[in-house]
Amino acid sequence: MVNRMDILQRKKESGQKALVTFITAGDPTLEATYELVHAMAQSGADLIELGIPFSDPVAEGPVIQRANVRALKHNISIDMVFDLVARLRVNLEIPLVFLMYANSLFHYGAEAFFKKCRQYGVDGVILPDLPYEEQQEFLPYAEKEGIAIISLVSPLSGSRIGPIAAHAKGFLYCVSSLGVTGIRTGFDTDFESFMKEVGNSTHIPAYLGFGIATPEQARQLMDYCDGIIVGSALVKQIEESRTIDEAVESVAHLTRSLRRALDGE
Amino acid sequence: MNTGRFGEFGGQYIPETLMPVLKELEQEYQAALNDKSFIDELNTLFREYAGRPSLLYEAKNLTRQLGGARIFLKREDLNHTGSHKINNVLGQVLLARRMGKKRLIAETGAGQHGVATATVAALFGMDCEIFMGSEDTRRQALNVFRMELLGARVTPVDSGTCTLKDAINEAFRQWTFRAMDTFYVIGSVMGPHPYPTMVRDFQSVIGQEVKAQLMDLTGCLPHAVIACIGGGSNAMGIFHPFIPHQDVALIGVEAAGKGLNTSQHAAALARGQVGIFHGMKSYFVQDEEGQIAPVYSVSAGLDYPGVGPEHSYLYQSGRGQYVSVTDHEALEAFELLARTEGIIPAVESAHAVAYAAKIAPTLSRDKVLVVNLSGRGDKDVGFIAQMKGRAVHG
Repeated sequence: MVNRMDILQRKKESGQKALVTFITAGDPTLEATYELVHAMAQSGADLIELGIPFSDPVAEGPVIQRANVRALKHNISIDMVFDLVARLRVNLEIPLVFLMYANSLFHYGAEAFFKKCRQYGVDGVILPDLPYEEQQEFLPYAEKEGIAIISLVSPLSGSRIGPIAAHAKGFLYCVSSLGVTGIRTGFDTDFESFMKEVGNSTHIPAYLGFGIATPEQARQLMDYCDGIIVGSALVKQIEESRTIDEAVESVAHLTRSLRRALDGE
Repeated sequence: MNTGRFGEFGGQYIPETLMPVLKELEQEYQAALNDKSFIDELNTLFREYAGRPSLLYEAKNLTRQLGGARIFLKREDLNHTGSHKINNVLGQVLLARRMGKKRLIAETGAGQHGVATATVAALFGMDCEIFMGSEDTRRQALNVFRMELLGARVTPVDSGTCTLKDAINEAFRQWTFRAMDTFYVIGSVMGPHPYPTMVRDFQSVIGQEVKAQLMDLTGCLPHAVIACIGGGSNAMGIFHPFIPHQDVALIGVEAAGKGLNTSQHAAALARGQVGIFHGMKSYFVQDEEGQIAPVYSVSAGLDYPGVGPEHSYLYQSGRGQYVSVTDHEALEAFELLARTEGIIPAVESAHAVAYAAKIAPTLSRDKVLVVNLSGRGDKDVGFIAQMKGRAVHG
């Protein structure tokens, strides 16, 4: 089955570094999210993650926790985000994935959820509280509709990297460091050996995320991986903006500078 | 689907960073169970530090006043630190030490598990940080000071509802930052595998003692064992040895708060749905979108939107009976036990007493009810006085 994420594989093979950006859907409004997604796509993002707001985002640091709180003020539901995706898909071909917690998916019902992903144009899901061992419960429904469940590996994964990476779909989400999401000033991880282990285990693109905020960090890490994932730094731009226009402008600006860094400019 | 399931419930729904740590914990726990020196040391601590076995006391005045079944109280309130929580903490901290961990973290609601963890951290000279909802740090200021006195750091949690569920969220988050040197001492039969099994095993000493003590006193098994349910560790501890005895009713009492027909309760089994949260598949109080709902109980220890996965299994299979008791009924039982027996129960445990008081009169004199008196009520006295309009300092 064709998936919009297939383009990421071609990108990897041509040696280009991918930029993945994250924002929380409905932060601060769904209309803003519509504008922000377009802005990121035009500014050089290769894949966009939309966070489905959850009451208890256990894998998130304070910045994205607050984004969830802002979105939930308007009771943003999964169906509302699907409708947003439908509107975006009118003139947007960039791969889109949802970042959501297992309870949101379970509560919605996996069969209906993945069917809607295909119908509305969502290409994959990242479930930060669903480790490899627990994927089986949802995987048959995802595969039936050609939707990828994105796997994660962390610097502690060790011997788990092999089996996880071997079965990964879309791209492999490589967690840069211990802890939850959030802007970091530095990294203690031995990226050389971590990403070598990953590279030995899979041919699909491997992207580093968690804590990466600046073009400098992107430059520092891009040689270890096929792309980088930036979330909290963008969400912080939204949080600190007084208007939606200002948020769109500063998110576009950061996206462009990350793009330039990854393009070696 | 991996191990650690009770029917469909349980599992390990947790970020990848913690999975290797959970696998290690699972292995070390199995090894410890087969290590005689570990079990001997735990039993010695139970006896010499926690004060076990706890008494099984026949509440004759209460029985007489209610008329009907004989009521026995399992006096977990007499343990060191004042509740059943110490049983589990001693087990987990011995395991932490065996695994070479130097630092303990724990969540707490009312403060009982936090105090128990801070206590055992002091005993073993380990670094200890307790996460507590900022709302609970205000409601339970005395326990905050108690933990600090024991050398622990208490970190108030200001996210979400600022109560127990949020303290658990934050403990999980901080655990992922320092997964290598830190042991997370979970306070109930909840969380990802192996915690629900491990905590149940450490708490099963309660039910094992009850069985032996009741045999000595009456020569028979009880008609029912009754315990309150927040996450459900005191209940699982007293239920577990009786599960194979089909004639013994296992009755779990959830907090109905201001009533099951209001939104202010904490009855995950009576009013929740199956979901995935805090590392496990189980029943949770949630809204139509699957957002975890705010819950309420007069008792901070029962103020949790979920329940341990083995309770979900006992509920679904019909082996356990799950009922609920309102704030009002629990507070009446709190006073009833104080006046008839001279025992002030924790307001959590008062929920179990309240249900026993409901059913005892409907049963004949040859029936025995065992109530798990999981904690003592000292911590609640100030709050109860306040509710009655009395100002006390403490």
